[in-house]
Amino acid sequence: MPTHSNPEPNSKTSAPLEVHDLTVAYTKRPVLYGIDLTAPAGSIVGVVGPNGAGKSTLIKAIMGLLPTASGWIKVFGMPFQQAVTRVGYVPQRESVDWDFPVNAMDVVLMGRYGRLGPFKHPTKADKEIAMSCLDKVKMLPFAKRQISNLSGGQQQRVFLARALAQESDLYLMDEPFVGVDAATEAAIIEILRELQQQGKTLIVVHHDLTTAPDYFDRILLLNMRVVAYGKTQEVFTFENLQNAYGGRLSILSEVALSRAQKKAEGDTPDNIRL
Amino acid sequence: MRAFWKQDFQAKATFSRMNRREKTSVLVPHLRLLASLFLLLMISSVAHAAKIGEIAETSWAEQALDFFALKHPAIRAAALGALLIGFCCGTLGSFLVVRKLALLGDTLSHAVLPGVALGFLWNASKDPWAIFIGATGAGIMGVALVGWIKQTTRLKEDSAMGMVLAGFYGLGVCLTSMIQNMVMGNKSGLDKFFFGQAAALSSGDLWLLGITSSISIVLILLLYKEFLAISFDIGFAKAIGMPVRALHYLLMALLTFAVVVSLQAVGVVLVSALLITPAAAAYLLTDRMHWMLVLAAVFGMVSGILGAFISYLSNNLPTGPLIVLGSTSIFALALVFGPRYGLLTKILRRKRQRKRIALENTLKSVFHLSENSGFTRKEFDISELAKERNQDLASTEKEIRALVAAHLARHVDSEGDTEWSDKARFQLKKSGWHRACEIVRNHRLWELYLTNAAQYQSDHVHDDAEEIEHLIGEDIVQRIEERLKNPIQDPHGKLIPRRDQITA
Repeated sequence: MPTHSNPEPNSKTSAPLEVHDLTVAYTKRPVLYGIDLTAPAGSIVGVVGPNGAGKSTLIKAIMGLLPTASGWIKVFGMPFQQAVTRVGYVPQRESVDWDFPVNAMDVVLMGRYGRLGPFKHPTKADKEIAMSCLDKVKMLPFAKRQISNLSGGQQQRVFLARALAQESDLYLMDEPFVGVDAATEAAIIEILRELQQQGKTLIVVHHDLTTAPDYFDRILLLNMRVVAYGKTQEVFTFENLQNAYGGRLSILSEVALSRAQKKAEGDTPDNIRL
Repeated sequence: MRAFWKQDFQAKATFSRMNRREKTSVLVPHLRLLASLFLLLMISSVAHAAKIGEIAETSWAEQALDFFALKHPAIRAAALGALLIGFCCGTLGSFLVVRKLALLGDTLSHAVLPGVALGFLWNASKDPWAIFIGATGAGIMGVALVGWIKQTTRLKEDSAMGMVLAGFYGLGVCLTSMIQNMVMGNKSGLDKFFFGQAAALSSGDLWLLGITSSISIVLILLLYKEFLAISFDIGFAKAIGMPVRALHYLLMALLTFAVVVSLQAVGVVLVSALLITPAAAAYLLTDRMHWMLVLAAVFGMVSGILGAFISYLSNNLPTGPLIVLGSTSIFALALVFGPRYGLLTKILRRKRQRKRIALENTLKSVFHLSENSGFTRKEFDISELAKERNQDLASTEKEIRALVAAHLARHVDSEGDTEWSDKARFQLKKSGWHRACEIVRNHRLWELYLTNAAQYQSDHVHDDAEEIEHLIGEDIVQRIEERLKNPIQDPHGKLIPRRDQITA
């Protein structure tokens, strides 16, 4: 872990996201220690770890929503505040009051607010973009519906549409798959892949070890510190997972693991042996 | 896949139940206020009757004319003041309601009191500007203190607000009493700050009100999207680069202005009600934030005028409580008659649903009768249906009449509403038969789904299906059908009516 060196990133070849020696503390108790993370352009990075590992904290700290104790964060070679329009955000679904008097369209339009700047109201063009984003997540028929009258999966899709409306290059998503139905999960992952093909970079907090190796090409194993980070095949090993989860791995996760390894070896994923 | 549509369906089925369950807790104090409104109105009408006895020539209508013609400058001041107060508090209070910060309005209104007293002491007179500055300072200090306690201690916002409210109010009451005990205190008019008197508004106060209202409306129009964003999702607002802290304190400053300028007319204790009640009424009526702002403003203004008017009529009732009771009555109306979330609407909706379910159950029984005959018979008499439905003739006849009235069945022997014998025969119309098939289809598909896909025992599924058959829509039914690969028979071996057969 580098301690005293503080190299400035090269702005020409700057990665979408660079986190260097980041430490975050709530009151006195540190929750993230010396995090280093570089996400190359066009990658989907899964942030995986047990409860309380600081996954959401990491996302929030990157966005400047939490004060950091030390370290720096660069987004496309710039401090976050200078690159806000290039970052899209999907917060946890529980973070808002779904009884709020807005409909799905209103929420998605908020994705345009960052580009509009102060005192300006959304234009017709903004509304069209919001509509197309709702359409992408197959929520156009629900555009006018008050958001508490949507199912959990539909609400998550609205949040995703709002992030799409931000038209960013880097997306930070906090547990986008929590509490959603299988169809929504499939729809979301399809959209994430599409974004990746467009060269966008995605950092996705994820809690489900069984699907993680299928969804992400890079994985950050987190447990208050970086346990391992790199290409999925290299990181998703039994040893690393044991390290991250402190021996609390369930059989289910082990199955996922052996499946991922078989996959990497070119085996058919169906022949799983414990 | 199963989880997917099950969840979707649950969302549909429970959506009316889930809707706004929380809100009931807000209602209790309002109901209490409503009761006091009736009491007050009664007292005021008694008082008024006595007055009419004395001055015979003033009738209600004449007084109303006097008031609304705004002839006297005092009336003009009171009416204009009440109108502006209602507007300010209604719009700004909406943000408190949607952010679940209702108690903050209370905190603000109590926290300004020491500032009022200090402002008065500044040059020992009721100079509106000095009082405004003192009160605003105290109010903002109170809000900042709440924020500070929340950030630096383990205490949550509600405790912080409760403490700041009481502490500042205690200080304010002491200071006010001291002033009133002083020589010039007798005519200080500070007592008006406790319960409010719209007639006590000076032209300086009105200027302040006008300026505050204008600033509020301009800022809300300019910064609507910012205020909306920080109210709905403050994390997201910050992540897209909005200066959320500045916006929050701007909103708090506007709220403090509104509270301070309303204080004299409404009184410390009740200002918060004026911030919350019109906004709460609007919240029950609309699902869009901008409409909520408009409605809350209108409700605030209407209750303002109403309060000032009744206060004028009754001569000695304080304006503040009357304005608040006015807005509480509006809230009560919204609560009962609101087209979307009103109690009456809910009752009517439930009644309509019950009626529909009753009709559908009758239709289903007719289907069973026909099925038992191998679909050869189409006409049945009332006694047959009564036997099938396991009930007496009178209620069965009622059900048939309901079917006929809904154009789902017709009477075979004689048209019209004359005496029906228990051998009277009826037949389902095409629409009735279609609906009957649909219901049976829903029922049997659901039973099959529960047994095959959800692993229910086949003797457990009937009761659930009895309920579900009336609730699921065609899209869900078709999805079940697809999932079950277009089944022919239900778990009990009965045929499931097919979509194409029904519409053919």
